[in-house]
Amino acid sequence: MAMPQTKPAPVATTDIAVSARSVSKTYGETEALRDMTIEFPRGQLTSLLGPSGCGKTTLLKIIAGLLEPNSGTIEVNGKPVTGPGEDRAFVFQDFALLPWASVMRNVAFGLELRGVAKSEREAIAAKYIADVGLKGFEKSFPHELSGGMRQRVGLARALSVNADVLLMDEPFSAVDEQTRRKFQEDLLSLVQNENKTFIFVTHSIEEAVYVSDQIALLLPRPSRVSEIIRPSGLRMKDVDNIRRDPEYLDTVDRIWALLRSYVE
Amino acid sequence: MTLYGYRLPAMSSLILWGLLWEAIGQMEVSFFVPPLSEVIVTLFEVVQTSAFQKALWETAYAFLAGVFFSIVIGIPTGILMGKNRLIDELLLPWVNIFLSVPLTALVPVLMVLFGFGMTSIIITTTLFAIWIIILNARVGVMQINRSLVDMARSFGASPWDAFVKIYFWAALPEILGGVRIGIIRAVKGVIIGQLLISIVGFGALFELYSNNFLMSHFWAVLLVLFALAFSISELLAMLERRVAYYAAKR
Repeated sequence: MAMPQTKPAPVATTDIAVSARSVSKTYGETEALRDMTIEFPRGQLTSLLGPSGCGKTTLLKIIAGLLEPNSGTIEVNGKPVTGPGEDRAFVFQDFALLPWASVMRNVAFGLELRGVAKSEREAIAAKYIADVGLKGFEKSFPHELSGGMRQRVGLARALSVNADVLLMDEPFSAVDEQTRRKFQEDLLSLVQNENKTFIFVTHSIEEAVYVSDQIALLLPRPSRVSEIIRPSGLRMKDVDNIRRDPEYLDTVDRIWALLRSYVE
Repeated sequence: MTLYGYRLPAMSSLILWGLLWEAIGQMEVSFFVPPLSEVIVTLFEVVQTSAFQKALWETAYAFLAGVFFSIVIGIPTGILMGKNRLIDELLLPWVNIFLSVPLTALVPVLMVLFGFGMTSIIITTTLFAIWIIILNARVGVMQINRSLVDMARSFGASPWDAFVKIYFWAALPEILGGVRIGIIRAVKGVIIGQLLISIVGFGALFELYSNNFLMSHFWAVLLVLFALAFSISELLAMLERRVAYYAAKR
């Protein structure tokens, strides 16, 4: 795993996997993003954290190529984004599984859309189904699975296309607390083992501090990056000790102090 | 349902109504209502006649052709309307007008345009069935979960992929519901077409039997028609139940 930076200095440009430059987005009268610039270091997990209405999901969808910004550019590996691409994969808050398809077909669906032959894509999907701990559920349907298991399917689908960048839109907000904790632990080892860049939208301060190499604190009206926080000491800690580490607790408190005035 | 702890077989209410029919028939209340037993005996005679078999074939042909066209035109049209605001704005008024208009009144126009033959009957059948199929497919697509569409786009789905792999399946429960109602309407359409345009098929039989006061023949053909429509509708209801597992969880 790439060692976390000790100070929040900008990392060298070669290490930037995704960058957003002066991105603005309005929905009719509503200004969702104004002139937002932010960089996402390669191989690390960056959280977009902020109160609702701060534009974090909008930014994620613009990076995914699902929304077009009114101005500004997104670059992934130095190439400007014009739409969805094979270098990015998306994990959805509501899982976005095909309810009429088995776990196997769901996990392989990204590859299916990319035209990979059936035997090949199912071999790849089988590996990731096993990786996320769903071996034996290949023939099950989404309605037969718990919320947590459904999100594992969504995660396996995103991993199986082997994209450089994983975009996760509040992926754990629709699962129960205990499952969420397990997910957060699994996510840490995923960041460590897969050489991928993770962009992770969350509204949970604890979750952001727990899983992130870098937290971009977004504030609304107008939407802006208020601060970049790097809980650098935490990434070397054992997963069981993070939550009682003084740096963890201090960081959570600090972020709350910054955010509390924006919460209605 | 259960009655006094006994489980009643499906459609047992029909037995009750059948008995009532038989009783009224035996009482000779009206010349127009012969006893059910007599109708059923006649039914077995009628189905063996070549006139009936010819009528069945002519009716089935027009019916199946009409249903075929209303499905292959109706479903894609409905999906397109659900996906595309412009197409929807253009076509929705027409769909609503044709859904509620008494189509029987249009049949003379069809005769002028398409003649007195099979073509006009098939078009009448299609016109009876297609509008509800369009509307249902449209509604099915409009209630589709946005993130499924985003998901397909984010993995690079072409418009065609999205159409056949997402929109069609997501709307399938509604589409099947529409097809089932459409088919029931097509039964009406094909008979009305046969009565008004050219006297062929079951329409001709109805005409023949009622003009000659062969009431048990008349009812026998009606029963056959009812049984056919009912079986097709049940078959589709069965298909609908097969997709019901995901209908509530899209």
